[in-house]
Amino acid sequence: MALTLPIYLDHAATTPCDPRVVEAMLPYFTKVYGNPGSRNHRFGWEAEDGVDRARQQVAALLGANEKEIVFTSGATESNNLAIKGAAEMYEKASAGSGQCRGHIITCKIEHKAVLDPCKRLQKEGFEVTYLDPPRDGVITRAMVEAVLRPDTILVSLMWANNEIGTVSEIREIGALCHEREIVFHTDATQWAGKMPTNVERDNIDLLSMSGHKIYGPKGVGALYVRRRKPRVRLVAQVDGGGQERGFRSGTLNVTGIVGLGKACEIAMAEMDHEGERLLRLRKRLEQGIAGGLDHVQINGHADKRLPHITNISFGFVEGESLMMACKDIAMSSGSACTSASLEPSYVLKGLGIGDDLAHSSLRFSLGRWTTEAEVDYTVSKVVESVNRLRGLSPLYDMFKEGIDLTKIEWAHH
Amino acid sequence: MAYGPKIIDHYENPRNVGSFGTQQEIKQRTDVGVGLVGAPECGDVMQLQIKVDQATGKIQDAKFKCFGCGSAIASSSLATEWLKGKTLDEGLAIKNTEIVQELSLPPVKIHCSVLAEDAIKAAIADYKTKNGIPVDDHDHEHAHH
Repeated sequence: MALTLPIYLDHAATTPCDPRVVEAMLPYFTKVYGNPGSRNHRFGWEAEDGVDRARQQVAALLGANEKEIVFTSGATESNNLAIKGAAEMYEKASAGSGQCRGHIITCKIEHKAVLDPCKRLQKEGFEVTYLDPPRDGVITRAMVEAVLRPDTILVSLMWANNEIGTVSEIREIGALCHEREIVFHTDATQWAGKMPTNVERDNIDLLSMSGHKIYGPKGVGALYVRRRKPRVRLVAQVDGGGQERGFRSGTLNVTGIVGLGKACEIAMAEMDHEGERLLRLRKRLEQGIAGGLDHVQINGHADKRLPHITNISFGFVEGESLMMACKDIAMSSGSACTSASLEPSYVLKGLGIGDDLAHSSLRFSLGRWTTEAEVDYTVSKVVESVNRLRGLSPLYDMFKEGIDLTKIEWAHH
Repeated sequence: MAYGPKIIDHYENPRNVGSFGTQQEIKQRTDVGVGLVGAPECGDVMQLQIKVDQATGKIQDAKFKCFGCGSAIASSSLATEWLKGKTLDEGLAIKNTEIVQELSLPPVKIHCSVLAEDAIKAAIADYKTKNGIPVDDHDHEHAHH
């Protein structure tokens, strides 16, 4: 197959919309344009039918009941609603009482859309424990159990990490939370639609997901909210017309919702086959790069990881210059939300890999239309570029001369 | 962020890459001055070397190595071009703002030019120290902001 440049290997940032999704959405722009809240005419009913079907498609992907799906503008809003909404609902003391309103557990390598709501809650009288991840990035039940308190009201942990792709022990942590009657939220933005999900089997109370990470449109997402055993309640964060059973007011984004539903249906049907294909491609990429270069390290747990994301550190080479060398390949030196800053990834720093290697790391994330030829081109381009940049690197010279780089007194700026 | 054509040119065809010997050899050579600035944890390390014609006192040759982004590589590459044929005082007169202007560095990359100016000053100071020439405080003046 002919290779077309540039190559897109940044599917963890966002994915193209699947043409089948676009096709499903189109009639809802111009023909079925009613407001699903209009209960007394055909235009409203038809729009509502579209939303209902999408709700079933999302619920099916998650192993949930359609009444448990709340549509939002995306995973950031879902996370905000889940975390702030649960904290406010299950608080142990009221605001302004001077007492701790409740204890929340999360982790240092969560997405900012989880960390920042937690920080806000801290300002408002909640206490938050930010778990230090282990070097392999996998959060276990034991790590959560060790920091539980009698006043813990909420645990929020991502299913799979967006920068390194590692997968935490979500089912086990969910079981622990249910034993202790603590609400359990997971940010499944990178996981849902890629890997088998069942909120019953996996003991989840609240689950955030996004449309544009699974070949659906941007600007739409969903929050799963458990309705029984136990029924989870939330304080709404957006007030108004009372849509989505009061959880999230605002006229429904019908086109987006229809697209999200279709994206879920496709993801579910193709998951097994696609997962295997992506895993094969990712291993081809990792083995090609590791086989062609010395001093490279794949970050995060070797096996407990998503099939399509890999994060690789290239010793003695700075990540941004490497991306510039591979300008025909779209990849990322951190998450898209933070790569505008010059700071190295807080996720990699959180794993304890060191600021120097954190500056030397790139994330490759493969997708539905990634081909073997694209992977092979990427391998050869990366190997060639790393070798060229090492030829420019004073650090590589020093290393080869046997100088211990950690013993040099660097002039810090 | 899109890079300007001059940055890309220096990045893709860096001038004067290299070293006048191993770290050990360089330390011994009195005709060579080395400046090593930045830190791996900060994502930028520049090594700039000047070779001085001891008869004329002029910088005969300059070489660099750089661990850093495209702008850092371009800034140090440009610095070696500018240093060749200059006296030490002329070398010390190179300002980071001139590098910014020549390469059209974007605001977030101004620190790369500061680092290059620091590397020039450090290399000249190293040469002077090796040869018993007093180093003015002025030579160490950093263009920090």
